[in-house]
Amino acid sequence: MFSAEIVGAWIAVFLTLAIFSYLYRDNPFYKIAEHIFVGVSAGYWASMYFWTQIQPNLFGRLWPALHEGLSLGFLGKLWYAIYNFFNLIYPPAFPDGGVATGHGMQLTYIIPLILGIMMLLSVFSKFSWFARWGICYVVGMAAGLRAYGFLNSNVIGQVKGSVIPLVGDVSTGAIINGIILLIGTISGLLYFYFSKEHKGWFGTVGKIGIYFLMISFGASFGFAVMGRISLLIGRFTDLKSFGGAAYHHASLWILAAMVILLGIWSFFNKEEKATKGVPIK
Amino acid sequence: MNDKKFWFTFGIILIAFIIYWLLGHPFFIVERVTMLYAILLAAAMLIFYINKAKRGEKIYLRAIPGLKAFEEAVGRATEMGKPVLYVPGIQDMDQVETVAGVIILGHVAKMTARYETALNVPVARSIVMKAGRESVREAYIVEGRPDLFHEDMVHYLTDDQFAYAAGVNGIMMREKPAAVFYQGKFYAESLILAETGNSIGAIQIAGTASPAQIPFFVTACDYTLIGEEFFAASAYLSEDPQLIGAVKGMDILKVMIIAIIALSIFLRVFNDLGWINFDILKYLTIQ
Repeated sequence: MFSAEIVGAWIAVFLTLAIFSYLYRDNPFYKIAEHIFVGVSAGYWASMYFWTQIQPNLFGRLWPALHEGLSLGFLGKLWYAIYNFFNLIYPPAFPDGGVATGHGMQLTYIIPLILGIMMLLSVFSKFSWFARWGICYVVGMAAGLRAYGFLNSNVIGQVKGSVIPLVGDVSTGAIINGIILLIGTISGLLYFYFSKEHKGWFGTVGKIGIYFLMISFGASFGFAVMGRISLLIGRFTDLKSFGGAAYHHASLWILAAMVILLGIWSFFNKEEKATKGVPIK
Repeated sequence: MNDKKFWFTFGIILIAFIIYWLLGHPFFIVERVTMLYAILLAAAMLIFYINKAKRGEKIYLRAIPGLKAFEEAVGRATEMGKPVLYVPGIQDMDQVETVAGVIILGHVAKMTARYETALNVPVARSIVMKAGRESVREAYIVEGRPDLFHEDMVHYLTDDQFAYAAGVNGIMMREKPAAVFYQGKFYAESLILAETGNSIGAIQIAGTASPAQIPFFVTACDYTLIGEEFFAASAYLSEDPQLIGAVKGMDILKVMIIAIIALSIFLRVFNDLGWINFDILKYLTIQ
């Protein structure tokens, strides 16, 4: 009678309505949903990172599964002795003989392993400075890696996009469109010119730039709101279908129970509402 | 590096490159030469103006209203006896916005240390948590108030985007901070956060370079640092000549980009008319 699908539907309805109850005000249902959401997601992502990154990409490259009949030298045996320690602690994650992910042994991965250990050791106040090495590596590496991409797409790509065709086989509309984009690009760039006061003609150009920016923000806002509305419709469609007989009218029962319980809770928390609901401004 | 050293190093690099080029430039991808010019130009401009600022030459930077409001917001929280909430975005330290957000966090932490105001920094990434703690710890030490610093000021919530938004919303509803700062890389959670901050009446200052999220912050926040204003913020707040020089260098680069656009348009028109045989678009297409 109660299959896993029906139980899942009841949980989904409860959590959806609990989050929606925030529209009334902060309440125990919202707190329950919030804490479940934060806690479960933190655990989920920790597990995901381990099974998709640390286990296959780090351990799988440092201690790959040994081929049958392969004999290790002294150093190799010593190296795999470290792995065997992990194997003793938790065999499901560290199977006998190494992690089989199809990778060969890549000892350069010792660097991220050391940085990771240094990050973990920073829990001891004496070694807290260890974390800086990992942070420096991430920031420096990312800065260098992304500088090229940004220069390519955001600078040279923008310059190329601004080189509009003005003669030849081009319609008048395309030329006007191109000129508008060109004015927007130049005035937008000058709006972000910080080492001159925005006064006189320079101020006017900067103002035109901010108008262009605001028009693009408006369009972006409208586009995003439409996307949010479609998400909302998706939730309502689910609530409607879960309100059917196939799911034992989950939406209706939970909604009714929640309204009654919120009413009772509000009745006993009148004082809290009066003091906490006042805006600061 | 002084001017003499700068030009000396520049000359050495230039001569080495010319020799390498004349020797047949092995391993050099000729199709990407435009990128080389762009990197050299950007680096040279930044180094030149940073040196200039370091020498003590006065560099003017116009006022940005949002930045003036930082101290005002922290001061207001102090007067009301309420905490300051700082949200450094939901991305990791490999995003330039997050790095800028953590730098600005250091400046806000200096203000909260000075005014003895509570600071709360929920984060969505473990490395951001470590970097944030280091930044806040340093700020409190610099201000001579290490006694006020505690590690839980910067605390981890979750990696998940909307769970993080729900958690931050909960903090806002329960702690009722008087000032909320959103400085970093944001996605769809931006409006959820900013609307909640607005509903509790907090003074809100946002800063991001995510073009799709700026409209939400503009709508719901009191002040918004748009795009490069956000990156220039740390230079303004620190008044560090090195950072101010970098802002000036970027300004000059913008003027150069405008000049390159204008020149490229002329070259394209002349090429399209058949007056010259030089396709500028070929050089602007990086392989």
